[in-house]
Amino acid sequence: MLDALSYLQLQQYWWLIMSIVGSFLVFLLFVQGGQTLIGVLGKTENEKNMVINSIGRKWEFTFTTLVLFAAGMFASFPLFYSTSFGGAYFAWKIFLICFVLQAVSFEYRRKKGNLLGQKTFEAFLYMNGFLGTFLLGAVVATFFTGSEFVRDVYNLSTWQTNWYGIEILFNFTNVSLGIAILFLARTLGALYILNNVNYDIIKERARKQVLYNALPFLVFFLYFITKIFLMDGYAVNPETKEIYMQSYKYFNNYLEIPLALIFFLSGVVLVLLGIGLAWFKKSDKGIWFSGVGTILTVLSIFFILGYNNTSFYPSSADIQSSLTIENASSSRYTLTAMSYISLFVPVVLVYIYFTWRAIDKGKVTKDDVNESNDHHVY
Amino acid sequence: MIDFIDLSLVNWSRGQFAMTAMIHWLFIPLTIGMTYVIAYAQTIHVRTGDPEWEKLAKFWSKLFGINFAIGVGTGIILGLEFGTNWSNYSWISGDVFGAPLAAEGIMAFFLESTFVAVMFFGWGKVNKKFHLVSIYLVAFGATLSALWILIANAWMNYPIGMVFNPDTARHEMIDFWALVFSPFAVNKFLHTITSGFVIGSFFIISVSSWYLLKKRNYLLAKRSIIISAAFGLLSTLFIVATGDGSAYNVAQHQPAKLAAMEGLYDGVESAGLVTVGMITPGKKVGDDKPSFIFRHEIPYALSFLGYRDIHAFVPGANDLVYGNEKYNIESAISKIEKGKIALAAFAKYKEAGKNGDETLKQEALAEFNEFQKYMGYGHFDKPEMIMPNIPFIFYSFRIMVVAGLFLILSAGLLFYLAMKDKLSNKWFLHMGIWSFPIAMIASMTGWIVAEVGRQPWTIQDLLPTIKSASNINSSAVILTFWMFLAILTVLVIAEVSIMLHAIRKGPDNKEGGSNA
Repeated sequence: MLDALSYLQLQQYWWLIMSIVGSFLVFLLFVQGGQTLIGVLGKTENEKNMVINSIGRKWEFTFTTLVLFAAGMFASFPLFYSTSFGGAYFAWKIFLICFVLQAVSFEYRRKKGNLLGQKTFEAFLYMNGFLGTFLLGAVVATFFTGSEFVRDVYNLSTWQTNWYGIEILFNFTNVSLGIAILFLARTLGALYILNNVNYDIIKERARKQVLYNALPFLVFFLYFITKIFLMDGYAVNPETKEIYMQSYKYFNNYLEIPLALIFFLSGVVLVLLGIGLAWFKKSDKGIWFSGVGTILTVLSIFFILGYNNTSFYPSSADIQSSLTIENASSSRYTLTAMSYISLFVPVVLVYIYFTWRAIDKGKVTKDDVNESNDHHVY
Repeated sequence: MIDFIDLSLVNWSRGQFAMTAMIHWLFIPLTIGMTYVIAYAQTIHVRTGDPEWEKLAKFWSKLFGINFAIGVGTGIILGLEFGTNWSNYSWISGDVFGAPLAAEGIMAFFLESTFVAVMFFGWGKVNKKFHLVSIYLVAFGATLSALWILIANAWMNYPIGMVFNPDTARHEMIDFWALVFSPFAVNKFLHTITSGFVIGSFFIISVSSWYLLKKRNYLLAKRSIIISAAFGLLSTLFIVATGDGSAYNVAQHQPAKLAAMEGLYDGVESAGLVTVGMITPGKKVGDDKPSFIFRHEIPYALSFLGYRDIHAFVPGANDLVYGNEKYNIESAISKIEKGKIALAAFAKYKEAGKNGDETLKQEALAEFNEFQKYMGYGHFDKPEMIMPNIPFIFYSFRIMVVAGLFLILSAGLLFYLAMKDKLSNKWFLHMGIWSFPIAMIASMTGWIVAEVGRQPWTIQDLLPTIKSASNINSSAVILTFWMFLAILTVLVIAEVSIMLHAIRKGPDNKEGGSNA
């Protein structure tokens, strides 16, 4: 069945799969966003515990999705994996440290004998929340702005600066997406906690935080989107496979890929609708609108990066070194084999849906976070 | 390919990977093994309704949770390290190596981490049977996860199911099932997963023995010892069988690793298996020093284990490095020469391609194809570089075997005593306590034999480690090495400290525990 697909179709299929995983990952960053709001939403120890236990029950979903995104890119677009991870070395290593620290912090923060004390583990959660989301946004921005690498005839790449990824921060467009993603995660975090915690004081604070964080998110996101709409983009000549700069490339991609445009517009509307529902209608359901909106918007961004003869990981140091879904992908055989494996994805989504519901049958209350009770608490 | 090799970069990259992998490996086998014991105990509870079994399952799953967190945290480092520190390897092997990693993500890791949430938070909240199934799914997910990782790892030791594509300059998969059912993969999976069962079992035995020594939590400790010792005993016996399979595979495809494991410098027919011995300090490949100061061996055993023939010739390091005409073993010197021809032809092929010279390109390709299988050797300067560190592998292997034998004895004895209700002897309880660190030593030394023994290759015979690292400054790797060492050391100490507190507190959630 899948063997009938052409090599290009397989590459496009895998870009779609990675786009879906990537967009779910951005939505699931509500956990990180929630981590940055622990102190704002929880003023007393008990309130703080409720916030942490609410998002803490979901941290593994984000974490596993991140691992899947990395492993999926390795398997389907290994040239991206080797070029970006091996070049933007410091950016990825710092990002990694943020997530290593997160993995232990929920479990260890209130455990006796944890060596560093509760405050330190909470600081790790803040670090993961602020730095993890910001770095991810800034690195994704380089998919538009380009990175400084050169790829040789053996497809082995070398970074052209000794900053190894830190230089990403020297470009304000990159920084603006980093900040936008950080505030988006905080907005989603507040919306999620509003929905998931059954405690009026926290809900009220969360409602305010939705608005406070949505505003800077919108400002920086608008800046970023305007910037990439107006800039020249890295286009690929479909005949010669040569890469060249094309005016308004990303804006044109939206016009030339109608589905991307529909996703983008409906995504933005849904994100705003979720925020509006929380603020004006005092509804708790905003997370589902903003969540779906986030997924659609990010999907559309991935579409305009990978499809329509575009380089998704351009090199600003040597334009012909830029990566496209065609030159960076695995072989046809591997993509086909992996496509069969990808048929498990719906199964995964189904059991995640049911377990999510099973865990969330009751909202988090102040009784849930009592350490002396018999249940697992963070 | 890039000609300059920065050895400092390669060695620090090696160090960083070994450090993070070994720290990760402190926790993973424990996680895998414990879930099965927890699932079994909870099954008895669901069947009999005996609350003591649930209490037992709940207590061990609490310790499991502490361990799981750091296991997951240290795991993500390794996955990304292939990209950050071994980017050349990631490209050259990614078409083959990436697929099992992605399969792990889709099929196993999600299963494990989704249902672990039900396992942690489901006590008394979700239906008991659903909760029990979730625990089994966590165990199954962890096992499946190990399967995919070990398939990938087995491929590095025994590359199969792919061809080298000179146009993309990488190995490309042509047979997925060859990877999955490679004899190395099957054996490695069975050997490694059972080592996880052993470690999980002995952790529980160790903590339970301590409770009995302190005369507390008698029922829980005794029951825990019975099920864990039975599980541990079966697993250790199974490990012996799969260990034999591993040795056979190594003999067939990694003769240099086998020579290192046995401290065999000069190959012999009817080779004996060294039980104990001391390699002459300073002994080098090619020198005249005697190999051993002393040794005791089981006659014919190595020839038999490696080749299923008691008279078979087992090549030593000198045979592999300098060749042995009598047994038709090609020297590393000759392989390096051919490898350099292959690399030069490959460069010519690329150059001709760039210049559009089709005739020269085809000529170069023909020459490259002739010598391509030696390509990996072309990166070495000296033939002695093809051997791993012999004494290190030799002693690690012996420590693993001795520790393994002790564990069989310990599991058998404790199971017998627990069944006879004679678990009061403090010497045996001390043995139970110490069995866990000994199991960890067996596991770590096993990892050293398998992975350090594979050196100097990342992909056996095809890609040396010195060509696999990322093209970055060694200072960047050194800096991050110390960063990770510092962070992980602190986290490991915190984990151990939390574990010890939780153990002291016991299942009754109070210091000193109860005598129930």
